[in-house]
Amino acid sequence: MRRALLTRLLSLILSLVAASVVIFVLLQAVPGDPAAFMLGTGAQPDTVAALRADLGLEGSLPVRYLDWIGGMLRGDFGTSYTYRVPVAELVADRVGVSLPLAAYALILTVVIAVPAGLIAASRRGAAADWGVMGATQLGIAVPNFWFAMLLVLLFAVKLRWVSAGGFPGWSDPRAALGALTLPAIALALPQASILARVLRGALIDTMGQDYIRTARAKGLSQRATIVRHALRNAAIPVLTIMGLQFSFLLAGAIIIENVFFLPGLGRLIFQAITQRDLIVVQSVTMLLVFAVIAVTFAVDLAYALADPRLRRR
Amino acid sequence: MMSGRIRLSPAGWIGAALTALFVGAALLSLVWLPHDVGVLDISARNLPPSPAHPLGTDHYGRDMLSMLMAGARTSIAVALLAVGIGLGLGVPLGLLAAARRGSWLDEVVMRGNDLIFAFPSLVIAILITAVFGPSAVNAILAIGIFNIPVFARVARGGALPIWTLDYIMAARVAGKGRALISFQHLLPNITSLLIVQATIQFSLGILAEAALSYVGLGAQPPTASWGRMLADAQTMIYTEPQLAIMPGLAIVAMVLGLNLLGDALRDALDPRLRRMGV
Repeated sequence: MRRALLTRLLSLILSLVAASVVIFVLLQAVPGDPAAFMLGTGAQPDTVAALRADLGLEGSLPVRYLDWIGGMLRGDFGTSYTYRVPVAELVADRVGVSLPLAAYALILTVVIAVPAGLIAASRRGAAADWGVMGATQLGIAVPNFWFAMLLVLLFAVKLRWVSAGGFPGWSDPRAALGALTLPAIALALPQASILARVLRGALIDTMGQDYIRTARAKGLSQRATIVRHALRNAAIPVLTIMGLQFSFLLAGAIIIENVFFLPGLGRLIFQAITQRDLIVVQSVTMLLVFAVIAVTFAVDLAYALADPRLRRR
Repeated sequence: MMSGRIRLSPAGWIGAALTALFVGAALLSLVWLPHDVGVLDISARNLPPSPAHPLGTDHYGRDMLSMLMAGARTSIAVALLAVGIGLGLGVPLGLLAAARRGSWLDEVVMRGNDLIFAFPSLVIAILITAVFGPSAVNAILAIGIFNIPVFARVARGGALPIWTLDYIMAARVAGKGRALISFQHLLPNITSLLIVQATIQFSLGILAEAALSYVGLGAQPPTASWGRMLADAQTMIYTEPQLAIMPGLAIVAMVLGLNLLGDALRDALDPRLRRMGV
């Protein structure tokens, strides 16, 4: 068990190192001088030189890479060029929007997908199953940002129930949750469709197993069999997908935040891209990748703990 | 091998028809469009549907039907080329890994794939297009890179069990090398797997292209694209909501068509997968 844990930890670290190298190299590949790129074409040469020194662009690539990573590990993500404040401060402000949004969306995903998958699997081939499968087929095909626009059209433009975007801050938690509701629904719909289909497939697979037949033969009702036996075994593929979905939710949040003008990490990245604030782009991307890889690791670890057969591998 | 007729389900035929509709529209747009989308006519802006403009006009007076057709061309071209990158690089890598199972090469290919899988693809695609500048070509590269590990995995997974078969042994005894066997004997056997996967990646590519061009990192004006049409429409959603409806419907119909077609092809080509229903 300890050995398995160590192997996984090692692969986590390797993934993070590889990811950081890729991100670093990509941003070094910005055509020309990054300082000149950031300042635009009309910049004075001495301003560019000053920014180069400021950005730590002097020195060899490996040294700069180690500086950046060392800083990240100490919580120093660099200094934003446009805002003139530490990137860590910018991130801290915006995590309070992006993380609750992704969590809200994940909860909605599960709340929608689990009943839908259960109904479809237990009434296989019946009208309810066809309904769920049809709706999820559509849910997968809808781009979440377009669905978000439709929600705005319905609830903000036609019904005038909510404002079309913006975020009031957490001082009023009800208003804050209200502002995150439409974005979370837009994010959750495609993911819930995928999860419902996976759950249905996993349940149908499990229901064909001998021990399920035994449980039924003992006189357990269909519902009790599903809840007590099948659901537990269907949990593994479902957890795997949920781990992957976190990554989609984070990436999706980047775009959805732009639809609803939410001041989260996604808007920060896009503003940084348009303002050519490369250090913000580099550090925030690394943080997002770290979050995704860490969640994947945690899911992987969760099964190893849950499933005795995997524990020994 | 694909032999004989492929029997598609009714849903599969709907998918095939939708796909054919959009591919047809995109091909037609190469030689003919109802109206020139490069010409802006402010006096004709936001017109309702009429015989001259079956779907009306947008805020620059451009014909919506023509814009949607030209947008189909962009989406399909980007997604198709991205699938091409995945097939062209991923399949040889996967076959190579399968041919040298357990070797360091296999290990490197598979671990490299794990790594790309762990990346949030859209974030990296945004990064790539942001660094190298927004353009259709960079969108193709950004989407295509993430197709490589998908096809490598499918090709390797499909090829591994075939390597143990007798006729492969016969080919080896006959003195054929691993690379030759891979391309002569294994590739034809995994074609159906690859076709199904290509359909899935094609539909994901359409969605990714729409997302990238929606945030302004895809094809640049004057090239028409569905995602950009949606981004433009968003600012006018209070006054001209219909402009936000049509491009979205086009994306949904195209992606739905490809997904239905992909599912049906998978069922038709591999009955063993049918019961999974995922």
